[in-house]
Amino acid sequence: MLRFILYRLALIIPTFIGVTLVAFLFIRILPGDPVQVLAGERGVSPERHAEVLARLGFDKPLYEQYFTYLGNVLRGDFGVSFASKRPVAQEFFSRFPATVELSLCAIILATVLGIPAGIFAAIKRGSWFDQVTMGTALVGYSMPIFWWGMLLIILFSGMLHWTPVSGRIALSYFFQPVTGFMLIDSLLSGQKGAFLSALHYLILPTIVLATIPLAVIARQTRSAMLEVLGEDYVRTARAKGLKPGRVVGVHALRNALIPVVTTIGLQVGLLMAGAILTESIFSWPGIGKWMIEAVNKRDYFVVQSGLLLIALIIMAVNLIVDVLYAVINPRIRHN
Amino acid sequence: MSNLAAAPAPAPVSRASAFREFWFYFSQNTGAVIGLVVFILLVAIALLAPWIAPHDPARIYNGSFLIPPVWQEGGDPRFIFGTDAIGRDILSRLMHGARYSLLIGAVVVAISLTGGIILGLLAGYFRGWVDAVIMRVMDIILAFPSLLLALVLVTVLGPGLFNAMLAIALVLQPHFARLTRAAVIAEKNREYVISAKVVGAGHLRQMFVTILPNCVAPLIVQATLSFSGAILDAAALGFLGLGAQPPTPEWGTMLADAREFILRAWWVITLPGLAILVTVLAINLVGDGLRDALDPKLKRS
Repeated sequence: MLRFILYRLALIIPTFIGVTLVAFLFIRILPGDPVQVLAGERGVSPERHAEVLARLGFDKPLYEQYFTYLGNVLRGDFGVSFASKRPVAQEFFSRFPATVELSLCAIILATVLGIPAGIFAAIKRGSWFDQVTMGTALVGYSMPIFWWGMLLIILFSGMLHWTPVSGRIALSYFFQPVTGFMLIDSLLSGQKGAFLSALHYLILPTIVLATIPLAVIARQTRSAMLEVLGEDYVRTARAKGLKPGRVVGVHALRNALIPVVTTIGLQVGLLMAGAILTESIFSWPGIGKWMIEAVNKRDYFVVQSGLLLIALIIMAVNLIVDVLYAVINPRIRHN
Repeated sequence: MSNLAAAPAPAPVSRASAFREFWFYFSQNTGAVIGLVVFILLVAIALLAPWIAPHDPARIYNGSFLIPPVWQEGGDPRFIFGTDAIGRDILSRLMHGARYSLLIGAVVVAISLTGGIILGLLAGYFRGWVDAVIMRVMDIILAFPSLLLALVLVTVLGPGLFNAMLAIALVLQPHFARLTRAAVIAEKNREYVISAKVVGAGHLRQMFVTILPNCVAPLIVQATLSFSGAILDAAALGFLGLGAQPPTPEWGTMLADAREFILRAWWVITLPGLAILVTVLAINLVGDGLRDALDPKLKRS
């Protein structure tokens, strides 16, 4: 097991170098003079120009610049935001819990609905339930989620007045963040109604972000289940006279879930891309909205480090999923 | 060498009969056929847009701001789907928008397919360091969420439709490279390739003429999925203000323009999004049908 983990870690090193190289080159390939670009429309005097160039290390050879950058990244120094003058890492991690909270709720919703839907669709293959579920899943998979979010706002906020349009909690509640997760913080604050308010604000963004993963998980569960149900050992279990519920729930499901678990793990990247759109529609104060604002404000150090940090987090999650996968499935770790 | 006998070259089939067989399986799938019909209709609308659209998509009708669709109170029979905030006919803009979305899909798939096939062939055919370098670069591209990478690339290249297409093509291309490489590795040691080599086919001929035609099935399916993915991503970039720029009647850009009227004029939001959904859904239905028809494992003889 340890050997497997070390092997996976070794495989990550070239990707890590590549990802940091992409982030590093991003600032270098921006068209135009780097200092002018970073200074924006205000412009700089020639003396100041040389000074900034030297401070940013842009006067050194490219490879030396890269190693300096890599060193900074490894020490957790991601530069300073031009807009807010605060360290980028600090900005990132103050917003990250909002995105994690939203993504976790979305993936939980997608799993809780998607796996049973996929299982029943597979058992009742060809039935109206199967056809309706898989039709809905294909619609969900094809959904432009930024539009879906707006539709839900029109329906639930505009017409029914059930849910708020944007934000994380009603403005009447105020408390210091402890964990950064609004659902937990609102409970800890002890204020009456705070938790329900937070939940209210969370519902629509969660549905929107969960839509595509839900469709993917339902489709994947169905096809994995169908494959397993055709196996000899399932037929044997049936022939032995086991109850259908036991055959499906115990014998088939366990093996069918293996590819599904991988699929769920692979949704992290999709969730991050989805979070950019979802957060921008609902003004959810997470890293997706932060990245879009940075792109619009041309805050290049934020874009650079946001890109890198998101990629690193996805790599870390994928590594964890791979290891977990090897724990459940011995065939992988002995390969 | 022992696997040579176990895996004989496919028996020669004439192109027409291969197509007939494919069509037999494809037409079993009602959804796929519906998707294909809708897709053909969309292509027709896109091609004929300048002639069939009731109005010029850029023409501003003063005094006709945010007119609801005909069937709603206050509708104007001149504007079947109503008008947007500055008085342009939505139906005409949607029809012209089909041109952009289908063009985006086609261009992105053409670029990423070509790039991916060449890189995948090189990697799978030569293996060794060529393979290692190409595939590591693909891994790096795949390490980023595609929309995020496209977003950052557009930041570098500058917003605009063409740059958005380039960025999306670049992030979709590793999928083609991986598929091609896997297929080439599977085919490379088959008997027919070795025979071609023995009779003196050069590297290029072996790669493109001998091996490539036998790797086409998975690529077609991936191309269909990428087509719809490209349309979605381009619309998302347009929505974020980084793709096609106003007043281009691109569907995502139209949605971005309409955002502030979300609670006042449902039609300016609903209709462009519905157009995106219908297009993407139709293509995905075709994609599912193609996958089932081309995958020999799923065929029930």
